[in-house]
Amino acid sequence: MSSATTYRICPRSGLQFEAQAEKLILANAVAAVVCLLIGGLLAIGVVLTRWPAVHWLEAATFYQVLTAHGINMLIYWIIFFEIAVLYFCSSTLLRCRIATPRIAWFAFALMFIGAVVNNVAVYQGGSSVMMTSYVPMMAAPSFYLGLILFAVGALIGCFVFFGTLVIAKRDKTYQGSVPLVTFGAIVACIIAVFTIVSGAIILIPTYLQSIGFVEHVDPLIYRMIWWAFGHSSQQINVAAHISIWYLVAAVVFGARPMSERVSRGAFLLYILFLQLASAHHLLADPGVSTEWKVVNTSYFMYFAVLASMIHGLTIPGAMEVAQRQKGFTKGLFEWLRKAPWGNPVFSGVFISIIGFGFLGGISGVMMGTEQLNMIIHNTIYVPGHFHATVVVGTTLTFMALTYYLIPVLFKREMIAPTLAKWQPYLFGLSMYFFCLVMMGAGTLGVSRRHWDMAFDGSALAYEWPGAAYMMMGLVGIGGVVAIVGGAIYIYVTVGSLLWGKRLESGEKSQKVTPIPPTAPAAAAQTYGSMGFVAPGTFTLAMIFLVAFVLYYFINWKYLSTLWGLS
Amino acid sequence: MSAILPPADRLWWKHPIDRVEGTWIALAFVWCMVMFFMMVLWHVYGDQNLSTETYKTTPDAFIANAQAMVDQYTVRTETDLEIPVVAPPAGSDIYLIARLWNFWPILELEKDKTYRLHLTSMDYNHGFSLQPTNLNIQIVPGYEHVLTVTPNQSGEFSIVCNEYCGIGHHMMVGRLYVR
Repeated sequence: MSSATTYRICPRSGLQFEAQAEKLILANAVAAVVCLLIGGLLAIGVVLTRWPAVHWLEAATFYQVLTAHGINMLIYWIIFFEIAVLYFCSSTLLRCRIATPRIAWFAFALMFIGAVVNNVAVYQGGSSVMMTSYVPMMAAPSFYLGLILFAVGALIGCFVFFGTLVIAKRDKTYQGSVPLVTFGAIVACIIAVFTIVSGAIILIPTYLQSIGFVEHVDPLIYRMIWWAFGHSSQQINVAAHISIWYLVAAVVFGARPMSERVSRGAFLLYILFLQLASAHHLLADPGVSTEWKVVNTSYFMYFAVLASMIHGLTIPGAMEVAQRQKGFTKGLFEWLRKAPWGNPVFSGVFISIIGFGFLGGISGVMMGTEQLNMIIHNTIYVPGHFHATVVVGTTLTFMALTYYLIPVLFKREMIAPTLAKWQPYLFGLSMYFFCLVMMGAGTLGVSRRHWDMAFDGSALAYEWPGAAYMMMGLVGIGGVVAIVGGAIYIYVTVGSLLWGKRLESGEKSQKVTPIPPTAPAAAAQTYGSMGFVAPGTFTLAMIFLVAFVLYYFINWKYLSTLWGLS
Repeated sequence: MSAILPPADRLWWKHPIDRVEGTWIALAFVWCMVMFFMMVLWHVYGDQNLSTETYKTTPDAFIANAQAMVDQYTVRTETDLEIPVVAPPAGSDIYLIARLWNFWPILELEKDKTYRLHLTSMDYNHGFSLQPTNLNIQIVPGYEHVLTVTPNQSGEFSIVCNEYCGIGHHMMVGRLYVR
């Protein structure tokens, strides 16, 4: 099979694409964007119903729409895109052919069929069980079947990725170690295998229960294993989007990692500790011991948080070092002021880094703390947090990457460059606002996944404070603006694919051009204040740390005023 | 562009760590340790720690206990549904049932007194969200969760279900009084 393929070197980026891999990346990325479009349309229903003054959909429709929104966004959009990223990080970055392209197409077909089957199950009604689908609440059998097919497809995709690494090694297309970005993708893929297997362990018996083959799936065990799948999915995203942050730092600034040792070490911590974070979904559950909660929700002593904090410094730090080498050395922040803010590839990633750290990271650690969790569990603070991590972190990063890929991979000139320039700001900043007011409403206790905060028809209705209503109104406004931002992204990307000017694709060749050995890095840099090579980044990191410490202890202070509980 | 190229130095794991990275890793590590020990310390010195006392149960067994409490300590009923308001003595075992789509019964407790609150669900997962205090606990069917609670404020409280449990989820609100 290997002889039938060709390679082309993209004249704009210098990247080398193998024909089969390129088609697979295209197919997966396009499927991802279609799912994003579906999820985005559904978001309109969610946002306009939770906006108390609008309260658009009927309860049954709302729960149906919310289920489909969650699944399309969190699973299909992100995982299709991630499979594309895995193929890119293996075949393209290592300049080799993709392993077993037919099996990779089979994986794609399984994922596609699974996504369709599952979506259809939800739209038929009777499967409005939310993405978490906790037993004993039951969905239609095809709901679980669709998820299982998709997961099997994704798992096969992961193994194609590993196979491709083997091919690159065997064909000696690179020397020494794999690039850092590929290394990050390997981490994401290892976590993905763990995640998907956990999903299979629990969804297969649940499927069997839905067709009447198994009598009973224990609700507590379901929750535990489901979350080994559910939260770990987000851990794949973290590893993947952090790899893309390094990639963008490299392509926009020509930045080198400050230290390969530190960055790779931090990725390794993810493999060892990141999945433990799943446990924080069980903090308010009965029957789980204190010791288990402390060990697991601290990601065993917070080593995974440590890893994220390291990446939070090393990525902007690498950008700063690269900028300073170009002569932007004045003061702490000239490097940042003179960054290409009009380039959506950079601005998207930078907005993502800041939002992911400040909004997603801090709130995540807060709610993952055993006792503090009691003041936010199942409130709308939770979606506030995960929109900051998944949407600001992962989705915005993937959007930024697409802007890079349109000319490089899709060989099209971007239509509406001005719209594209503003899109990360509109989408990213409105999501910041959306997440913040959602967390505010959650702090006041407003429930997540709740059709009517006025409790219409309840004999013992509770009245939320006026501030909660106001915040939910602001959630509605922020959400609508974010949806517009998302629509612009869809317009620009799909429009560029359809109507963008075709760009020259570069020479096709039967032969691989291996990656030439990299010239050794320059010796240690000598500029910067405090003897630091990246003083600006360090200052930002200190601001982050102070915000983190303050917010953490404010929550403890509040908790200490509540009812005694033991 | 070395993050997308193999590291120039084949022995990259021997690279020296820059001071800015070293300092930050040390600071972040110390903070992570503080956060880790905070959870442990709160178990020793703090008053808000979720109980882990749990038993397997069945709806029938739990209803029997709850009914016995209601029969003994009901002081009045509320609303057209005649939901019993139960005022059990301080220190006793109290029972709260969550089911589609209500909490039963209404409990009336005394401020600063301690009770053993038994929680379970008759059907699906539900949420125990005490408002306006904002304490939130998961209720899982088949499992009886026993919490030792000490209300520190008097007044009227609501228990909102905050785990999605079907179409009537938004009507699932209970009440709790503290004298």
